[in-house]
Amino acid sequence: MGAKMVEFNGWDMPVEYPASIGCGIINEHMAVRTGVGIFDVSHMGDIGLVGPEALNAVQHISMNDASRLAVGQAQYSALLYPQGTFVDDVIVHRLADDEYFLVINAGTREKDFGWVRDNTRYFNCCLQHRSDDFTQIAIQGPKAINLLQKLTDADLSKLKFYWVTRGTVCGLKDILIARTGYTAEDGFEIYIPPAEEISTRVWQEILAAGKEFGVVPCGLGARNTLRLEGKLPLYGHEISDSISVWEAGLDRFCKMEKPDFLGKPALERTKAEGMKKTLVGLEMVERGIARDGYKVLGEDAREIGYVTSGSPAPFLKKNIALAYVPPQHAAIGSTVLVEIRGQGVKAQVVPTPFYKRPKKA
Amino acid sequence: MPYPTDRKYTKEHEWITADGTIGITTYAQDSLGDIVFVDLPKVGAEISAGKTFGTVESVKAVSDLYAPASGTVTAVNGELATAPEKVNKDAHGSWMVKIALKNPAELDSLLSAADYEKFVSEEAGH
Repeated sequence: MGAKMVEFNGWDMPVEYPASIGCGIINEHMAVRTGVGIFDVSHMGDIGLVGPEALNAVQHISMNDASRLAVGQAQYSALLYPQGTFVDDVIVHRLADDEYFLVINAGTREKDFGWVRDNTRYFNCCLQHRSDDFTQIAIQGPKAINLLQKLTDADLSKLKFYWVTRGTVCGLKDILIARTGYTAEDGFEIYIPPAEEISTRVWQEILAAGKEFGVVPCGLGARNTLRLEGKLPLYGHEISDSISVWEAGLDRFCKMEKPDFLGKPALERTKAEGMKKTLVGLEMVERGIARDGYKVLGEDAREIGYVTSGSPAPFLKKNIALAYVPPQHAAIGSTVLVEIRGQGVKAQVVPTPFYKRPKKA
Repeated sequence: MPYPTDRKYTKEHEWITADGTIGITTYAQDSLGDIVFVDLPKVGAEISAGKTFGTVESVKAVSDLYAPASGTVTAVNGELATAPEKVNKDAHGSWMVKIALKNPAELDSLLSAADYEKFVSEEAGH
């Protein structure tokens, strides 16, 4: 489609599609906020855990409480190192009584798989590396449901957010359909067979069916700005092997009342000790765009932290960023400086997420 | 893609006219994508051929602007501070700065429209 391609963790990925077909990061971003956009996210990895002790295994390796999942339900969670920092963040889906399906990040998939294998070997369950079993397509935006409903017999109106079902999609039987995404918008992710001719046909059929809703293909660029507006973390930026759950502010997905999981003892300790840094949302007050890795300075121009992700926010029409700063600089309304090409440019700590999708009436 | 013949071009994708008006090319704006920020020097600033004189940012990337020739800035297109997207719409009509050329002969070593067009078609790989 003439997209601008970039290598991303060994994958050739589209950054954005051409302006000549109505794309470009801003148009792609706006389509997802106001209509519908589709993403090829086949680079995501997938791990299956199946067997009598699959739940125990998932409970051991992840911080959220998978015992609360009904069959067909999914949850955001993370795999933690013993020190309470991130191996990766994941979505855990419960597909059957004793079958769990973990969607992991592209850049960490080999590491994740090895780590899950090593830490689940004493559980009576079977581990499956399923990353190459699927082409994963995300259909995202308020009109995603209208689009996908045209192509499937599954009743999508009955599928709640963070639930998963199976149905026929574009004539393909028994396709996994999850109401999930990485855009802070309503939407679906479908897992279809990876053969190129099938993937291409489904992609084209989705584009054709979405014409009446103004569907556009979206690349990694818009995926990043959309997730940033929604404050959804990106591995290697907001979360990493040197950042803890508390620092990242992901407390609500970490169930400390769970009997035991990797990282829990360290998290109990660090919770009592308090944090040295915490993740905040910044909005640029003066002219300038904060970018990943830029320094954050206090009002006295001393270095206090760093930007993890920064960009213009196409829907909000502001320049926003996520940054780690010491807790004493984290209060909403605090002024900090972002160092841009040697200059301290004023920014303010603002509430997050920057964008929250409107509730349906 | 027609490149105007009334100006010279650099391999860093800037254009300059004989009277010292400077901008970026259509190829550059297309490669950058949606332009959201242009940072330019002030009137009176000295810029040197081959050195950076400003920055242009798209949603995704930050790119330096390289001076096609040396000189003193005599005017800055202030419109681009509030409407940087004009560069996407009309790169060859959206000038960035004007300079008083220190040495007009510097332009002789720059690319003609035809040479630049050939250069970008090779860079784009088609």
